[in-house]
Amino acid sequence: MDILSLFVIVPVLTVIALVFSKGLKQARIISMIGSFIQLGMAINLLFAYFKERAVDKSVMLFTQDYIWFENFNVHYAIGVDGISVALLLLTAIVVLAGVFISWRTDDLPKEFFVSLLVLATGVYGFFISIDLFTMFVFYEIAVIPMYLLIGIWGSGPKEYSAMKLTLMLMGASAVLMVGVLGIYFNSNADGGALTFNILEIAKVHIPFEAQKLFFPLTFVGFAVLGALFPFHTWSPDGHASAPTAVSMLHAGVLMKLGGYGVFRIAMFLLPLGAIEWSWFFIILSAIGVIYGAFGALKQTDLKYINAYSSVSHLGMVLFALLMLNKTAWNGAILQSLSHGFMTALFFALIGMIYGRTHTRDITKLGGLLKVMPFISVIYVIAGLASLGLPGFSGFVAEMNIFVGAFQHEEMFYRVATVISVSAIVVTAVYILRVLGIMLMGEVKNEEYLHLPKATWFEITGILLLLIPMLGMGVAPLWLSDMTMESLQPFIQGVLNHL
Amino acid sequence: MNLNSFIAMRQEIFLLTILLLLIVGEIFINKNKKESLVHFALFLFGIHTIIGFFAIEETSLFGGMFRTNTLIHFFKNALNVGVLIVLLQSADWIKEKMVPLNKGTEFFMLLFSSLLGMYFMISAGDFLMFYIGLELSTLPVAALVAWETSKRISSEAGVKFILSAGLASGASLFGISLLYAATGSIYFADITEVLTSTNLTLLGFVLFFAGLAFKISLVPFHFWTADVYEGAPIGVASYLSVISKGAAAFILMILLFTVLKPLMHIWENIIYVVALATMFIGNLFALRQQNMKRFLAFSSIAQAGFILLGLITGTQLGTATVVYFILVYVFTNLAAFGVVQAIALQTGKENRDDYNGLYRTNPNLSLVMMLALFSLAGIPPVAGFFGKFFLFAAAASKGYYLLVFLAVVNVTISLYYYLLVVRAMFIRKSDNPIPFFKSKIYMRLGLILTVLGILVLGLYSPLYDYIFELSTIFNK
Repeated sequence: MDILSLFVIVPVLTVIALVFSKGLKQARIISMIGSFIQLGMAINLLFAYFKERAVDKSVMLFTQDYIWFENFNVHYAIGVDGISVALLLLTAIVVLAGVFISWRTDDLPKEFFVSLLVLATGVYGFFISIDLFTMFVFYEIAVIPMYLLIGIWGSGPKEYSAMKLTLMLMGASAVLMVGVLGIYFNSNADGGALTFNILEIAKVHIPFEAQKLFFPLTFVGFAVLGALFPFHTWSPDGHASAPTAVSMLHAGVLMKLGGYGVFRIAMFLLPLGAIEWSWFFIILSAIGVIYGAFGALKQTDLKYINAYSSVSHLGMVLFALLMLNKTAWNGAILQSLSHGFMTALFFALIGMIYGRTHTRDITKLGGLLKVMPFISVIYVIAGLASLGLPGFSGFVAEMNIFVGAFQHEEMFYRVATVISVSAIVVTAVYILRVLGIMLMGEVKNEEYLHLPKATWFEITGILLLLIPMLGMGVAPLWLSDMTMESLQPFIQGVLNHL
Repeated sequence: MNLNSFIAMRQEIFLLTILLLLIVGEIFINKNKKESLVHFALFLFGIHTIIGFFAIEETSLFGGMFRTNTLIHFFKNALNVGVLIVLLQSADWIKEKMVPLNKGTEFFMLLFSSLLGMYFMISAGDFLMFYIGLELSTLPVAALVAWETSKRISSEAGVKFILSAGLASGASLFGISLLYAATGSIYFADITEVLTSTNLTLLGFVLFFAGLAFKISLVPFHFWTADVYEGAPIGVASYLSVISKGAAAFILMILLFTVLKPLMHIWENIIYVVALATMFIGNLFALRQQNMKRFLAFSSIAQAGFILLGLITGTQLGTATVVYFILVYVFTNLAAFGVVQAIALQTGKENRDDYNGLYRTNPNLSLVMMLALFSLAGIPPVAGFFGKFFLFAAAASKGYYLLVFLAVVNVTISLYYYLLVVRAMFIRKSDNPIPFFKSKIYMRLGLILTVLGILVLGLYSPLYDYIFELSTIFNK
């Protein structure tokens, strides 16, 4: 069995094992073991990748190809480059941390972990696919468990949020389906056979008219998952209602599928369309960056603050990708990774705070630094990373994004960049505001003085996320080199047409 | 008639034999042992289904009135499997409710005659045979719809069905006679050669199309659907929604792709409009349905709209994707109807709100239902996704991107109401949930078959490739 297919097989086996488990204890142990194996595989893949990369310079490594539907030329084709390897590692870490954070799921535990791992299967499969059809299948598999996860185990207006999120994301994927079909039926433009293989299609000169038509469909199909303004509204409601582990996984990993799909499919396969349309989507994503930041400023619910902050941060990813140059793209990848760890950490901490105080309203909280020092200190660290302080992962990413974006000489791009950069200031304001109100000052509620300490599984979950985040900030170069190298063929495909 | 013609018609002959055996059995069996006829009928039909899987060669009989080939034979097998599942799911209902009223055996006889009609309809080589098949397949169903004579709603549905069916088949017959007037022949092979696009043929085609559109319940000929499904016994409703619809869609496809090919520039446009209307009206009306049978009725109208996306192409890809989709749809819809029937038989409840909290009391049934709904909504990795993706691909291959776009909008709308049922079963809690119950063996067998179909048909790709190969027959 090849090293990549295991990423799909192991979660599926875990799910099968879960189906036969009984009770919470068995379910969580099985999920933990399964996720541990995944993490081990992801780390192993990282080293194997370095080894292989030294000798093999092709775009995708560890490629495998099995024919699936012969008449449509659908293949189960897999392969990875540095970016997918990094994102697979992110996924494995967040899934494991999510299992730890959900250690005490009382209601239907088996079903919870099954849904969680089905979601993980979809994400893993998406990152390893290099066949459009396979990728699309995994994309939908990743989205649909969210409905049950939010609907059954969520809180607040969960039915509404779950339905809104699912319909918007599945609607986007339906639009994406049209884009995928459009790309497929134009993949014989140079006279070859119709194909779904990404690397093959990239060599084809799809006519400009078709690119102009299908780029927006493909882009929007992916970008809705990356919270593109004005299609971001599923995200705050969805995150606020979701249980902790699901928010972590969703904001940390699932939303990254959007940005990943945008550069790997929409821009790589339809470069002329990307150039044609970039100005329009730059405006939308710049609005998203600013809007998300101001939205976070006005909220008092911790989860809403974080959800809007995600809209803003992921708006930057889309913004950077639309700038169509290498530095900005690299910033986008780094931002995806950094945001993945950071936001998962945030949601884990919020879950822990909520589990103890039973409120997420920052006006009712206060002086938490005195009552729960561990959680509060980590919250401060995550906050500082979020506002892009040098030495943390966010800084490296945002630096790359804006330096890259400013390289454009046209006025339009520069103005857009300046506007987006200003969001950083707002970010600092909303982060520090939360820290100030929630962590500093007097303890507002006497009951909070006797809150339980963080348990071992919570601490494990948090450290799992904290360490890579700090690592990225301290030593960004090896990661940056790896992604930069892998980006080269993709950005080159676009630049050739500029 | 020689041996070869017997072999070519063996599906029809065997089914007829079963029918006659049942009549004989009904006469001679002891009154207290009528129940055993249910097992007998199921057993015979099971054998019939298995025998069907033996291959057949392309043959034409009775001077071209009756023809069969591998694709037609394949489709008959699909119908057999579907009917077998319908029978398995209805067996308990027949045994418990109908046999005491002395209406058990006749149920099978009428159902089999209708199936026989469908065989003749899809095997027809001329319009006469086609029309006889159409009538034979429709009339027995009218009796079946009104089968629960004690219920007023059932009788009403029966009347509604027979009146609309009569009107539709009248229109169809008129259309056929106009086509005959224009071409001077009723044989498919002859008509193709002389058919040209004139006002007369156009009128003939439209009337003829209306008759079949009624059977497939395309908008605007769908008005009977919801009322009839609601009033009919659930087994009959599922038969109508799957077998009857599938067979009619199949013969419509064959006729459009072969006999009526010269009129393609006309029927393309008609189908485009009808497809849009069917998808939108089916989906929008399904949104507000509370009764599960009505809900499935509108959902099946919408699904028929999706089938038209494959019909519009007129290519081999279109044939293959339509047949594949119908096959998937047979299993998927029967799974949904099966769960509704299991619950209705046990508790008499048919509304969506009654399903609240079902997962906590009956997890297996809920999972089957969820699988079926996801397959109807087209969510991977279950078969419905592949069926829909391929249909859309077929339409896109001819450049109908706008149609595909509007179709995916419909998929999203449909996802909403399918999720409403999932919400009721999994998320909502109820003070008075449906208590735990165990279905009888036949019902469970029927559900397991559908689940296997839903899971295997999509992931097992050689099946689609096989259908694609068979489809060359009608696209030379």
